[in-house]
Amino acid sequence: MADTHERAEEITQETLGDGGIAEVGEHRSLWGDVWRQFRRHKGAMAGLVVVTIIVLGAFVGPIFYPHDPFDIDVPNANQGPTLEHLMGTDTIGRDIMARVLVGGRISLAVGFTAALLGIFIGTGVGILAGFFRRLDALLMRLTDLFLALPVLPLLLVIILLFRDSLRERFGPELGIFLLVVFIIGITSWMQTARIVRGEVLAIKRQEFVLAAQSIGTRRRNIIMRHIFPNVLSPVMVSAALGVGIAIITESFLSFIGLGFPSDFPTWGRLLFDAVPFLEIAPMRVIWPGALISLTVISVNFIGDGLRDALDPRLRSG
Amino acid sequence: MVSERMEDQPAASTGAEVLVGVRDLKKHFPITGGLLKRQVGAVKAVDGVSFDIYRGHTLGLVGESGSGKSTIGRVILQLDHATEGSVVFDNVDLTQTTGEKLRKIRPRMQMVFQDPHASLNPRMTVSSIVGEPLKEHRAAKRAEKLDRIDELLSLVGLEPSHANRYPHEFSGGQRQRIGIARAIALNPEFIICDEPIAALDVSIQSQIVNLLENLQHHLGLTYLFISHDLSMVRHIADRVAVLYLGKVMELADVDSIYTDPKHPYTQALLSAVPVPDPEVESSRKRIILEGDIPSPADPPPGCPFNTRCPIAQQRCVDEVPEWRELSGGRWVACHFAE
Repeated sequence: MADTHERAEEITQETLGDGGIAEVGEHRSLWGDVWRQFRRHKGAMAGLVVVTIIVLGAFVGPIFYPHDPFDIDVPNANQGPTLEHLMGTDTIGRDIMARVLVGGRISLAVGFTAALLGIFIGTGVGILAGFFRRLDALLMRLTDLFLALPVLPLLLVIILLFRDSLRERFGPELGIFLLVVFIIGITSWMQTARIVRGEVLAIKRQEFVLAAQSIGTRRRNIIMRHIFPNVLSPVMVSAALGVGIAIITESFLSFIGLGFPSDFPTWGRLLFDAVPFLEIAPMRVIWPGALISLTVISVNFIGDGLRDALDPRLRSG
Repeated sequence: MVSERMEDQPAASTGAEVLVGVRDLKKHFPITGGLLKRQVGAVKAVDGVSFDIYRGHTLGLVGESGSGKSTIGRVILQLDHATEGSVVFDNVDLTQTTGEKLRKIRPRMQMVFQDPHASLNPRMTVSSIVGEPLKEHRAAKRAEKLDRIDELLSLVGLEPSHANRYPHEFSGGQRQRIGIARAIALNPEFIICDEPIAALDVSIQSQIVNLLENLQHHLGLTYLFISHDLSMVRHIADRVAVLYLGKVMELADVDSIYTDPKHPYTQALLSAVPVPDPEVESSRKRIILEGDIPSPADPPPGCPFNTRCPIAQQRCVDEVPEWRELSGGRWVACHFAE
């Protein structure tokens, strides 16, 4: 040991380095670095705060809010915002704020789970297609197939086929939830798969991957250690966009009557219920619409911040 | 001596043991075309190359860009599969070795890459880059691994305290040192240096070459040094192979090839090297080659160099020159070399 150190020192002396670097003593953990960088991104931090408030409002808010979203109170119908009903009431006197808060639960849960599922499938397909030449043609044709499928008839068929059996197994709400998440997930992964495949094809021929091969690194480790972390940036961006698309698709499904039951509040449902009253009570459209937009924008900012924070080249100091 | 081995090989001029023997190595990249992706041709990147690398010595491999230098390196390490021929490493034919068996041999041969910006994963710290070989081959326990990483970093002239930094925080020369530390982590016997200095500043190049020489001296390494920098090859190599269009034109020990090149291509190459003496430089005669290197997808018939050779004759188009031995253990592929 002492011998090698002497040797090392000898070699160092002979071939002294080019330009020094300031000392950094302490060990830096990867996630500590990521968090430090993330906090510097003002937009991402603002987005995180907004999303946290919305999530808390949806999941904890209804516990403290005095009105029940299903209480019908016809004499007080169609009110504008008052101190009693902060966002007013709808055509049969239900408190809109209570419905918006509860509706957020489904919209957020569907949005995040479906986007996660879509990203998971898309990243998996993209990495496999890009990395393994043999799978490439097969998986990309499959992707094209899904892209070419007409979504609306597909939705109708899936829902007609599976709605009743899922309801029986998991109950009406969880059953529909699973169905909606599944549908949105399997119809939204294709863009991600294509983007990821392209990135993988480029990264695969980089010298650091060749270096890993020459070391004898196993394929799964090459994928997990070298390929995946380097495709994280586009994945993050797709994920953020995916959440927004999922929330909007859920709204659309509820609107055409294929999603959650009609009396069950989700943001999309509330929005479309309010459309006929746009001229009498414009605020009823604005509340859920503003929340959808706010969530989507905030999540996109968080995605941007994460993308930057995960790239060491953009981290300074 | 190894002269009892196959007869078409360069005889050992040094009497050293052969570590890597390359025989008739070919690498053809298929060109596909048409609707059915049928093969319509091939890029003959490497087209029948034979040479030996002796243990503890350095073989320099020089040639223009597109001559197949890097492809040879990659095929030797089995990063690309050979179309034909064999690569014998310490009596094992690597082209016939696959899977776990190949994986067990891999630590014994490593590569230093050309571009120090592309050869390090930007999302890994220096310690995980240098530690990856140790981790993959379970060469050390955690604490030992950290010690070993420190040791490797000091061996290549970096501070162990830099272990937690990312590659982009280093200069080109320092990154190349990190790449070298990774290459020597598992105590390899053989290292392919694929233009390790081509992407560096001139002032840094000599530092890296000196480091490589020191490591060779201290760790007993064998190098295949791929480069287009003739003066650097002269400095580091013991023997030199000159490559043109996927074929070796000439192979000889470094002194004879630089003082008395036999092949017209080698002569032309060497005449392009400037001499650091104004008087000699002003009277230096340059052999200027006409045209470009032909496409490896459609090489000329006969001698690959016949389209640009100053002494070419009809025979060079009709007949592929034999790879033959001259006196003094020199090998050349030219009809007229003596």
